[in-house]
Amino acid sequence: MSQYISGRPGPSLSSDLVVNYEPKDSGGVIVRLKSKVQALYGERIEAQARQTMTDLGLNHGALEIEDAGALPFVIAARIEAAVKMAHPDLKQTSLPQPGPETFSATPRDRFRRSRLYVPGNQPKLMLNAGIHGGDGIILDLEDAVALTEKDSARLIVRNALIALNFFGAERMVRINQGERGRLDLMAVVPCPVHLILIPKVEDAEELETLDREVDQIMADCGRQVPIHFMPILESARGILNALTIAKASPRNVALAIGLEDYTADIGTQRSLEGTESFFARSMLVNAARAAGIQPIDTVFSDVSDMDGLRQSVVEAKQLGFDGKGCIHPRQIGVIHEGFAPEESEIQKAVRIVRAFDKAQAQGLGVVSLGSKMIDPPVVKRALRTVDLAVACDRLPEDWREQEVQA
Amino acid sequence: MNFRENLEFVINAAGRKVPTMVNGRPGIPFQGVSKYRPRGQVTAVPIRTCSDYPSDGDKRQPSLKAALQAAGLRDGMTISSHHHFRNGDLLMNQVFKAAAELGVKNLRWFPSAAFPCHAPLIEYLDSGVIGWIEGSLNGPLGDYASSGRMKGLAVLRSHGGRWQAIQDGEVQVDIAVIAAPTADAFGNATGDRGPSACGLLGFGLADSLYARHSIVVTDNLVPFPCVPWQIQGNHIDFVVELPEIGDPSKIISGTTQLTRSPDRLHIAELAANFVARAGIMKDGFSFQAGAGGTALAFAIYLQELMKEAKVKARFVRGGSTQYLVSMLEQGLTEYILDGQTFDLEGVRSMRENPHHVNTSPFTSYNWHGKGCFATMLDCVVLGATEVDLDFNANVVTHSDGKLLHGIGGWQNCLSSKCTILPIPAFRNRIPIIVDRVTTLVGPGELIDVIITERGIAINPKRKDLIEATRDSGLPIRDIRDIKAEVDQLCGGPPEKPQFTDDIIGVVKWVDGTILDSVFRVQS
Repeated sequence: MSQYISGRPGPSLSSDLVVNYEPKDSGGVIVRLKSKVQALYGERIEAQARQTMTDLGLNHGALEIEDAGALPFVIAARIEAAVKMAHPDLKQTSLPQPGPETFSATPRDRFRRSRLYVPGNQPKLMLNAGIHGGDGIILDLEDAVALTEKDSARLIVRNALIALNFFGAERMVRINQGERGRLDLMAVVPCPVHLILIPKVEDAEELETLDREVDQIMADCGRQVPIHFMPILESARGILNALTIAKASPRNVALAIGLEDYTADIGTQRSLEGTESFFARSMLVNAARAAGIQPIDTVFSDVSDMDGLRQSVVEAKQLGFDGKGCIHPRQIGVIHEGFAPEESEIQKAVRIVRAFDKAQAQGLGVVSLGSKMIDPPVVKRALRTVDLAVACDRLPEDWREQEVQA
Repeated sequence: MNFRENLEFVINAAGRKVPTMVNGRPGIPFQGVSKYRPRGQVTAVPIRTCSDYPSDGDKRQPSLKAALQAAGLRDGMTISSHHHFRNGDLLMNQVFKAAAELGVKNLRWFPSAAFPCHAPLIEYLDSGVIGWIEGSLNGPLGDYASSGRMKGLAVLRSHGGRWQAIQDGEVQVDIAVIAAPTADAFGNATGDRGPSACGLLGFGLADSLYARHSIVVTDNLVPFPCVPWQIQGNHIDFVVELPEIGDPSKIISGTTQLTRSPDRLHIAELAANFVARAGIMKDGFSFQAGAGGTALAFAIYLQELMKEAKVKARFVRGGSTQYLVSMLEQGLTEYILDGQTFDLEGVRSMRENPHHVNTSPFTSYNWHGKGCFATMLDCVVLGATEVDLDFNANVVTHSDGKLLHGIGGWQNCLSSKCTILPIPAFRNRIPIIVDRVTTLVGPGELIDVIITERGIAINPKRKDLIEATRDSGLPIRDIRDIKAEVDQLCGGPPEKPQFTDDIIGVVKWVDGTILDSVFRVQS
């Protein structure tokens, strides 16, 4: 008898489960459960397993479940994954109860200072990912997920998007390349997701293809809320095509760089000083700015080195980046602090915005500060700085009503 | 004779069903916080005469067995011990082996806590050498008691409650066995040096004062005098030298480990911010935080906030760790008043720094003292396995009803000016906020703040704290809202474990009354 397994058995199993499915032609649905929360949730897990089989349209089959306190949306995903390994053509799904968060579009230019990567097959790390105040949470289906877990991860991520509260963080998914990426899109586009990260983009055509696919899926599922793209450039070719890539899709809101792969591609490795990536980072910043989208820096991967992270954010900000990736929630605070405007920047921006408000109120087309004329791009920049300062708690929300500070 | 059978029960002031007899003695049901005041005089030891002791001060006995015999060991006696060696204790297994060889039966072991290293004692529980154990039960002994195999009730007492039980005469210790990292032949002993150094010996102090006979056992005998004498030789009858009494690597960790869990760090940071923004953190304040991962992280975040605000504490209470020591050495606190040391830095600091002070449950926690330090603390940060909507907390059983932890100083600390429980809102699907705690260990009126990663709940009784943090920007929420959110996430509140009528233990309140019972879970 063939068996189909979703999950990663082992002593570290936690907030997750292993499902071993054996297709059967008769005998009904058999559930064998071993759970760390047996006394408290055992009956409900069994009932859920049966309901999931019903949702999937199956009347027979044996499910052997080893559970370590997985939440219902994870249980549903792993059962569906194991079942679909046996029946790849099955069209039915078993979706979880929707979570408490209302879903609406995010502005194209919202702050994307920090984006936290969470492996798509590790529910434990997803459950509270949103509480750390990151601008975005990336449920990663690509590099963080082993090949054997790809299909399970896709369903866990789909269910997490439906069931979990991300506490206002922008909901992002990094898809795989190629055919697997297409399956990823089909699974997540109908869900509450704001932004798709597209890995290893090398030319504009890739994005045009994805655009058409997303159009199709959106039409099929009736999705109205727009979806954003953040292509990641991780090769020499990608970097040299940065501008056309940045302009390739109307869905693009940001362009990110992935330095691990890029440095390997140009035949070197990452150094602390980063001289090898200066060209690529600067090129990407210029391409993104020219296309009117946000340039986003690579991740800082040494979780224990907070000083290194701090330094790296200073550099990124100086190069013109608007944000940085992270792999541990404790990095978020440091990144936000690093991208926060300096006190002198804030004061200057406040003066410019006040002058702008005054000019608007008086119906003047020209903004001036003292005897100096202020150009529109500078005003725009100042407005952004003021918003950022508010987001970083460096300026009260009602600063317009407050006295001018000396 | 099984003390768990044929018991009568009453409902106490907390609405909990408790037995009227505990291990053969009448028990008093809980009457409310600070309501019960026993009268009379506390226990004293029989009068001694120093001419009955060796004039050369040499109280050595050749072996444990000889010392136990000299102390008059016989059936039904109570043997006590301290737990400063934690999971590295090698002594108590030897003590009961010697007792078994002497053929005695039905002993009561009265440790300040038992650990997984004491699993071999199950053999003596089965064979009747040990009748039952009264003390915090962790690991295999907890499982043994949970499964209803022990002949007596597991009596769970706080550190202060243990001292109170000895003074009340509720527990008469016949023979105290005091593991000592360094001692002299007169019985003076200290924990701050020697190959098995554990810092201090405070948990064995009451035993040395009140036991009928006391035996100091050491692997590091020094010529008289052993200085400092944390345990005074004048209270000691016999001294035994053994090659090994503890495994240093399990007594004290080299360094205490900080949690890496992002959620726990987040909770710890919220707790530190709460203490700062509620106005508790001010010059001359005091706090206590344990050695658990979240509590350690709390101390570190608080330290950063103290530096920013240029605030210094007058004293902090240990469990000391390298992090508290670092606060002391940076001048962020003037004193550490320490109940136990958790790492090598704590031991070193206690040995070298006169501002790192050795304390005992008497000074810090005891119901029968003329005051105790715990009530003077500005805040304490503690863990819990469960809390309920009335802010009651559980620390001894899991939601599945099995015995899990001892009480330690936890109950005693609840009397601080602000008691904060930073705990995750759920652990592996199990919501931590429940309608009614499985076992009541901490009455809700003493618990002020519950801090989870999904919000901070302040006890409605603490209007002052609610007011003080109103515009703090902290995520203050109604405890019911947090519960509803987590229940939804976990797929509804969990089923309650099904209990049998078979009682396995009682939880004492700090005054010696019976707060709750632990019943065996249906298998």
